[in-house]
Amino acid sequence: MATQQVGQPGATPPAAAKKAPRRQENKDFIGASPLTPYLFMAPYLVLFFVFVLVPVVYGLWISLHNWDYLLPGKPWVGLENYVDLFTPGSTTSGPFWNSIEATGKYTLFSVPLLVIIPLLVALVLNQKFRGRAFFRGVFFAPYVLSIAVVGILWRFLLDPNVGLVNYYLGQLGIGTVPWITALPWAWVSLVGATVWWTLGFNAVIYLAGLQDIPRDLYEAAAVDGANAWQRFLNITIPGLWPVLLFVVSITILREANMFGQSYIITQGAPGEETTTAIIYIAETGLRQFNMGAAAAMAYVLAFFLLLISIANFAFFRQRGD
Amino acid sequence: MVQSTAPADIKTERGGSRRLKLVLSYAALILITIVFVAPLLWMVSTSFKTNPETTQWPLSWIPREFSVEGYSELFNPTSETPVLRWFVNSMIAATAHTLLVLVTAAPAAYALARMHFRGKGLMFAIIISTLFIPPIILITPLYLVVDTLGWLDTLLAVIVPSAAGALGVFLLRQFFVSLPRELEEAAVLDGANRFQIFTRIILPLSKAPLATLALLSFLTNWNDFLWPVYVLFSPQNLVLPPGLSKLQGAYDTDYAVIMAGGVLASIPVLILFLIAQRYIIEGVSRSGVKG
Repeated sequence: MATQQVGQPGATPPAAAKKAPRRQENKDFIGASPLTPYLFMAPYLVLFFVFVLVPVVYGLWISLHNWDYLLPGKPWVGLENYVDLFTPGSTTSGPFWNSIEATGKYTLFSVPLLVIIPLLVALVLNQKFRGRAFFRGVFFAPYVLSIAVVGILWRFLLDPNVGLVNYYLGQLGIGTVPWITALPWAWVSLVGATVWWTLGFNAVIYLAGLQDIPRDLYEAAAVDGANAWQRFLNITIPGLWPVLLFVVSITILREANMFGQSYIITQGAPGEETTTAIIYIAETGLRQFNMGAAAAMAYVLAFFLLLISIANFAFFRQRGD
Repeated sequence: MVQSTAPADIKTERGGSRRLKLVLSYAALILITIVFVAPLLWMVSTSFKTNPETTQWPLSWIPREFSVEGYSELFNPTSETPVLRWFVNSMIAATAHTLLVLVTAAPAAYALARMHFRGKGLMFAIIISTLFIPPIILITPLYLVVDTLGWLDTLLAVIVPSAAGALGVFLLRQFFVSLPRELEEAAVLDGANRFQIFTRIILPLSKAPLATLALLSFLTNWNDFLWPVYVLFSPQNLVLPPGLSKLQGAYDTDYAVIMAGGVLASIPVLILFLIAQRYIIEGVSRSGVKG
């Protein structure tokens, strides 16, 4: 049986290996049990079943009940938790839609900056010069910190009275800015801290994409007399298109799931203005233990996120053709 | 990664404009570097100040009076905020989580890459599709699952459930599929079984992707914030991220203590990043571009 394989043409490259006709590989092993693959899968599958599959289905089940963790009875209510969310004046609909609005605003403010600034940084880093690796490392470094560290640090830096930022603004003759206590400054703070935290992550993904664009294209275009801007529009952008789609998608999803920045830096203030959807859902389900409503909200939010992903994909697909 | 880069600017450009571009690039990079490094330096500097000095104007980058009060407060085991204990908890949790990811994801990824069995295609499709599930829909039911297991307010709650994520299986499978089959075939001739091939041939060839997965798992677990905020309650049982949030509440304006906590939470991950920058950055860009 084994000779059959040895007789195959030389080293099989990975791509060819996929296309090779399917062999009954388990038979290659003398005395191999048909259970072997399942034994290899088993440890992961146990985790996957208990901590992913069960919760996905269980969440739907919970959302159909008036599920208060602290009460013994968890009566079936059908779609009531969902209907409440779309009924003005119910206890959950007001705060829920406010939190969705906060998440929407934050996503709208932060995503363009998180897509464009890292792209500019990546374009600069993609040139050949001394110290490139150093700068790349420095810009990436904040990303390896927990949002908890980033949060307490920026909460201190942006403190209206004793923070470093207002101190230097004061020296420039600019008055005290209420960075975390008033709008629109609270948004500026949350977006700014996030740019500081995640710029390097997006920049590194762009860099990998830029490096996949063949250098000959630039040289040919330069010979044809294209200037830098034309080369950027006609070579860099099309070449980077799939990566750009990826960065936009993951950035939207990451920022629509924002939790830590608001939780620590503004604590949802002023009022509930910066209380994001994730904060509201987590607090409703896991602090107030109103789990039925929280589960329903989570599915509604997930539905929105799915729509955004699809719209995003369709848009880039169309533009990319 | 660095070496393979093609420079975006072109030889045909005149030297003058090239030099100007270089100067501007450096100026921009140095400016951004200051913005990126200053906050971290300020955190370290503040952590070594006496508390009155942390808010004293004019601000000073070098502590006028060097003090470790902030740190000694963290090491007080009887306090409501035993940060050293959280540090140890975080270390245990992140290490155990990383090991669990490796020992569960690697054999599963190998089976999916190299073996044929009933239900494989469906299993793989389901596992991969969960990469797209927003985590928020899991937290409420997961809380109840963890409660049923009796794991609330224990480190198991932050070690085990997150190891079920599909990313490790996905990354390792991609790598195993790309390995040449000849090595395994030679081992079959020598009479090795699947398990021996996996442990003696495949795993030793996979040090780089295993290291990348280990680093990413460790960092993610060390830094995770939302989940531990809700499943750990007792001061003794916290890990660092929810602990820091609690520290901020407890010490309010005692910035030396709060910043010392931040420094303590940052040191391990910054050291890891310094040592293994290449693996971490490549892991991120690989899972990004090719994912």
